[in-house]
Amino acid sequence: MAFADLGIDVGSVSTNIVLIDKNNELLDKIYIRTKGQPIQALQQGLVEIYQRNRDVEIRSVGTTGSARYLAGVIAGSDAVKNEITAHAVAALEEVPGTQTVIEIGGQDSKIIILRDNTVADFAMNTVCAAGTGSFLDQQAARLNLPIEEFGALALKAKNPVRIAGRCSVFAESDMIHKQQMGHNLADIVAGLCEALVRNYLSNVGKGKEILAPVVFQGGVAANKGMREALSKALNTDIVVPKYFDVMGAIGAALLARDAVKQRGTRTNFRGFSFCSTEFNVKSFECTSCANRCEVVELKTLAAVLARWGDRCGKWSEMPVDGLCKQAQKQTQQTG
Amino acid sequence: MKVTFPHMGTMWVPVKTLLEELGMDVVIPPPSTKRTLSLGTRFAPEFICMPLKINLGNFIEAAEKGADTIVMAGGVGPCRFGYYSRLEKEILDDLGYSMEMIIIEPPEKHFIELVHKLGKLKKCSPLKALSAVRLGWLKCCVADNIEKKVEKVRAREKNPGSADTVFNRALEKLDYVRTRKDVLDVQKEVLEELDSLVSETSRQIIRIAVVGEIYTVLEPFVNHNLERHLGRMGAETHRSLYLSSWVNDHILNGFFDIEGTEEACKLASPYLNHMVGGHGRETVGSTVLYARQGFDGVIQIAPLTCGPEIVAEAILPEVSQRERIPIMTIYVDEQSGEAGLLTRLEAFVDMIYRSKQNSKKLTAVKGL
Repeated sequence: MAFADLGIDVGSVSTNIVLIDKNNELLDKIYIRTKGQPIQALQQGLVEIYQRNRDVEIRSVGTTGSARYLAGVIAGSDAVKNEITAHAVAALEEVPGTQTVIEIGGQDSKIIILRDNTVADFAMNTVCAAGTGSFLDQQAARLNLPIEEFGALALKAKNPVRIAGRCSVFAESDMIHKQQMGHNLADIVAGLCEALVRNYLSNVGKGKEILAPVVFQGGVAANKGMREALSKALNTDIVVPKYFDVMGAIGAALLARDAVKQRGTRTNFRGFSFCSTEFNVKSFECTSCANRCEVVELKTLAAVLARWGDRCGKWSEMPVDGLCKQAQKQTQQTG
Repeated sequence: MKVTFPHMGTMWVPVKTLLEELGMDVVIPPPSTKRTLSLGTRFAPEFICMPLKINLGNFIEAAEKGADTIVMAGGVGPCRFGYYSRLEKEILDDLGYSMEMIIIEPPEKHFIELVHKLGKLKKCSPLKALSAVRLGWLKCCVADNIEKKVEKVRAREKNPGSADTVFNRALEKLDYVRTRKDVLDVQKEVLEELDSLVSETSRQIIRIAVVGEIYTVLEPFVNHNLERHLGRMGAETHRSLYLSSWVNDHILNGFFDIEGTEEACKLASPYLNHMVGGHGRETVGSTVLYARQGFDGVIQIAPLTCGPEIVAEAILPEVSQRERIPIMTIYVDEQSGEAGLLTRLEAFVDMIYRSKQNSKKLTAVKGL
């Protein structure tokens, strides 16, 4: 029986799961849409992983992404880590000596500056989704262009047009304007890529010293047009790792392995059988004060696993039922 | 006359005592909540900085409890705060709340001016006013001493959350007692209780300083319990500003020899040689000071659109590089969500832990 580490990245748009072996070779990966239902997405993904890798024994589990706590409680995670750390660890593993990580995902984007193999600085997009995958997706759909062909078409452009990229709504009207003027599609698509890169560099990358090697990861790294535009804007080569779309999950798996090794105990993984467990999420409004926090309660039929969402700690610090205590404690420690 | 004042961290404790000792009837606004913020946001100009919105909400909620007079600080210098009291009065008038606004401007020469002013406020003898100021000042210092201890204990407590429970109870006790001796007894008792919460096992602790605009630094509702989250992640915190040091520097004209911002102002040079309003210069100078004191990281926090802090933010990358200290800037307004903040804090703390681990500088400590 082979041993493997499981990495789970549950984000706003996609849920990614990877299995890596002890030599950090990727055994299997899954990239599915979260569709606003993180628990179902996670269970569905894990069932697929299990069916394809029945002879593998899980040695550790790590979770990351915006639903990392939820996924951590459900799967029984050994390491619950934020996306910055997870992406940085994975990039360093794939491209030793990395100094800059550019990650553009479905609804967020980040930049991580590394020096001497350690994170030295980072930034995430704050308020605006212009320059992320969702917008590219939407525009490709509007142009009747499969997203997979978007990048290849951008590479054919001879004179990319200049598009206002600060705001996705205005970018769209500007693109329509350029179409009506009669510019060809390739030039418009390439112009859009350049606008998104400009927007990314001036919002997320502002004030950061971007040094090579630059690693480009996240779903948008699949887009050749974006790679080209980024490389042109930074005047350097861009490295896209082989498994660019699941780097967060790879990082989570690597971090989980370290956590288990350091702790010297067995994994907290609940086993694949939990995929058939029914989880119920209930939310209610706490009426103790005028904050009216929306408290979320995660339970199985038998027990309450965790509560969160309150500002004061009244609910999140309340003891939960027996067998789940350990998992929650673990989540808090690693988090 | 029922008098009220805005919330800012633990400020309600000393100010309530001060006003009551002067013989006034005091209404404390309910603790700032989402309702406070929505009321303020509804009636304030959209692009004004966040503290004004909360002030306004506090005043409206206090008016609902029967307050008819507001005591508000004034200010001088290039920060919008100096203009707050006038603007708030205008808005409240427009809304039909006929509230009196008493503005305490910083004294020009000596804090005795303040005592005289307070004496006039509620016709009482200067002697009585002086004793009220002394008791208020003592409570202000004690509240800060306790909170400074809490900032250390949070990262080391046996049971997560216990230090905050003790802290909240301590503020109530502090509010209740009325003699200098009792105040000092509360301080002694609470500090000892906090000591007893510290875990016996050794832990890896990092030290993070919180700098920035005073209101967002002091008010946990606005900064989403920033320090509590950091404490939970194993980071001990310290602030560039405490209420006692602000009062001493700005109202008492540095009368007492306590931790203040004087040194920070000096250290701001050569990065920033002028005062830029608010606490911009203190932010830059404190960052330098913390770097030299061996802190592991600095978090700058300010309300969105805060002029002085924007100036400081632009200078901090240079400070970060030359003084070799990681810095992260956080802006808050009514749109801020806690999830995004938590991710950033986790990443920041993680970054510091891992870099200390790599350079083998991470050692476990026991006790405080």
